Amino acid sequence: MDVAAATAQQHDEHQTTTGLPHTKLGMWVFLSSECLLFGALISTYVLYRGRSTVGPFPDEVFDIPYTSVSSFVLLASSLTMVLALAAAQKRDMQRMRLWLLATALLGMTFVGGQVYEFTVFHEEGLDITTNLFGTTFYTLTGFHGVHVTVGILMLLSLVGMSMAQRLPADASFPVEMVGLYWHFVDIVWIVIFTVVYLVPTPRPGGP
Amino acid sequence: MATLDVAAGRERGILRRPMATEGFWSWFTTVDHKKIGILYGLAAFVFFIVGGLEALLIRAQLVGPDGTLLNADQYNQIFTMHGITMIFLFVMPMSAAFFNYMIPLMIGARDVAFPRLNAYSYWAFAAGGLFLYSSFFLGGAPNGGWFGYAPNSTTDPTPGMTFYALGLIITGISSAAGAVNLAITVINMRAPGMSLFRMPVFVWMGLVVQFLLVFALPIITVALFELLFDRRWGTRFFDPTAGGEPLLWQHMFWLFGHPEVYILILPAFGIVSEILPVFSRKPLFGYQFVVFSGIAIGFIGFGVWAHHMFAAGLGPVANTAFGVTTAIIGVPTGIKIFNWMGTMYGGDIRFHTPMMYAIGAVAMFVIGGLSGVTHAIVPSDYQQTDTYYIVAHFHYVIFGGGVFAIFGGLYYWWPKVFARKLGEGIGKLQFWILFVGFNLTFGPMHILGLYGMIRRTYTYPASLGLTFWNQVATVGAFLIALSVLVFLVNVVRTHTKPKGLAHEDPWDARTLEWTTSCPPPHYNFEEIPTVHALDEFWHRKYVEDERSRRLVPAQAGAAGDHGHEGGGHSIHLPGPSFWPLVAAAGLPIMAYGVIYSWWLLAAGVLVALTGFYGWALEPSVAEE
Repeated sequence: MDVAAATAQQHDEHQTTTGLPHTKLGMWVFLSSECLLFGALISTYVLYRGRSTVGPFPDEVFDIPYTSVSSFVLLASSLTMVLALAAAQKRDMQRMRLWLLATALLGMTFVGGQVYEFTVFHEEGLDITTNLFGTTFYTLTGFHGVHVTVGILMLLSLVGMSMAQRLPADASFPVEMVGLYWHFVDIVWIVIFTVVYLVPTPRPGGP
Repeated sequence: MATLDVAAGRERGILRRPMATEGFWSWFTTVDHKKIGILYGLAAFVFFIVGGLEALLIRAQLVGPDGTLLNADQYNQIFTMHGITMIFLFVMPMSAAFFNYMIPLMIGARDVAFPRLNAYSYWAFAAGGLFLYSSFFLGGAPNGGWFGYAPNSTTDPTPGMTFYALGLIITGISSAAGAVNLAITVINMRAPGMSLFRMPVFVWMGLVVQFLLVFALPIITVALFELLFDRRWGTRFFDPTAGGEPLLWQHMFWLFGHPEVYILILPAFGIVSEILPVFSRKPLFGYQFVVFSGIAIGFIGFGVWAHHMFAAGLGPVANTAFGVTTAIIGVPTGIKIFNWMGTMYGGDIRFHTPMMYAIGAVAMFVIGGLSGVTHAIVPSDYQQTDTYYIVAHFHYVIFGGGVFAIFGGLYYWWPKVFARKLGEGIGKLQFWILFVGFNLTFGPMHILGLYGMIRRTYTYPASLGLTFWNQVATVGAFLIALSVLVFLVNVVRTHTKPKGLAHEDPWDARTLEWTTSCPPPHYNFEEIPTVHALDEFWHRKYVEDERSRRLVPAQAGAAGDHGHEGGGHSIHLPGPSFWPLVAAAGLPIMAYGVIYSWWLLAAGVLVALTGFYGWALEPSVAEE
């Protein structure tokens, strides 16, 4: 019963109580906590929807087609993430790195698009201090952008470690863990995109 | 990221891998759950003394009418820091200390699930505490109460509430990391045979608390970020002139704040549930009821938050609904009280010091619980809101229930941790001083509150007739201080005597942590125990005689498999590491950066990233 004797966690993972690796369970618990984090941020946005006393208002600044494209880019990155995991499971390191890099690039495109969007909004007069819409919009989407950025860092780290031969021959486990986080961040964006962009916001005092 | 370490190497990174597991510096790099537990306990006790000194300042200020020891501004800082310290820097980390040390031992594990995350959690807590206290020297401590109500907290010109927001974000990160770690430890590292319903109640309460933390902390974190952005970057979250709702802060704060109450008290319930059976020499009465009550409290705890806001004008429907849920949460709590009484009933009770603290905790908690039920009645609560009656209530719960249980736990597990028994006579003396002092301090506050003395007032005129009971309370507060002093004397006296216990199982205990030596070897168990029953250790020691139906000692040799010194060569545990400390050090640097400069913020991010990368690239088990 030398549970702790294994030098790598993977060796003893089949000996855990549930049979699942600690890291995977830990990631699920962490992500459940993240649900509450975004839940609180989205709640704040929804509670303050349509309560700004001055403009610019959402319908004046949003460019739905533009954001739809960048949302599609982010969702596409979930596909490449799945392909990276499949390659890792087949121990095809070359292809795994390729798909990881593709995922990171799609993520960067999304974050870049977000930065550009913020700049445009700023030029149209919407700052984080302008009104409640600016305050809640930048905070919510900003928190999400930071999460995507952390995900990109993890993806690039995986690629770097794989190049430096620092990953085990079967790299599917770390790739799967980063993938869990990445898919979670994508799913959150679906909610944010729907609630913030697609659901129309009433103007104060009017329909 | 621990799994990325399989390509093991000898020397990587900037810092030389620490190897020492003993000596002064090993405490900075340790990933052993027992050492981290001791660190948690020590730091929490230091903060307990600091928070206690703040309480003494409060009581000295209020001893007579028109007190002049502190001015209003200083008083605001002192009572705010008293609350923050006792909740976030004493009771929570002290509970973490018990959980850290005891949970792996009680479930038959060699360590926690993520040892280095555990170290990170400790250092983040220490960093957060020091960061909060540095505010005294950097323009003023937090002064808006531990609840930090907006817009009072957003418009105050001193930097205090910025420190509050950042400091609590840091301690929140610490608690969240610790919660994930301990939750997975309980779920995934139990010894063979240790099914969920063979776990000691203390472990169960630990599991419930970790999930409360996981779900409650993100909410307060978002609220604190919103407060921080309002203060630092001029956002409009809680600004009524822009349409913002100060009430939103209250909702988010208490949506965290009420589960927080159970985060503070459930560990105490767990400790009491361990001590009472041992010193009554009976199994816990209605084990399943105690466990399910704890789980029920965890769930219902998320549905009662607005009872802190009855006077905020939510309307009769909301107030009634939350009044009902608040009355309902009294039911599982009451069930526990009856179970504890049932445990003692007919038991062969031995009044050792831990037992006296456990009984004291139950008794004092009942008083606090009953005054709590009076808050569930909305019209009655209107009368009590923001008076000293509330102060009396929550001190009976958190001090009377929580701190008494914590002292009980300290006396009970001290032999396990330090291989020395704290003095019994002096321990009982401390109990009685604390018991009298506590009731003298907080009992009169019920009366003061019903007379209408408001909370957080830095002074009161003589004409209100509040002087006498305030004087009594102040005398009581100094008695509490005396009892803490007696405890420290007890500790010093105990540790000047030679190490060693007459018996490795001094209390004739029931649970697995006592099957190993005192203190346990760094690998905890020579052989991972196989569990056959609830109260496993008790069943190894005693069997029921067929004819007399009495307990008789089991055959010799069946009881203990004590770990032997020098054994365990084949057991590899995670090696010490600098990286959790480095990663945690990034947090306060980032926080100062938010206040002072973008460059500092960037430096903090860099330090944290360095820590995390070093951590990820370092093999978790050191090469020999």
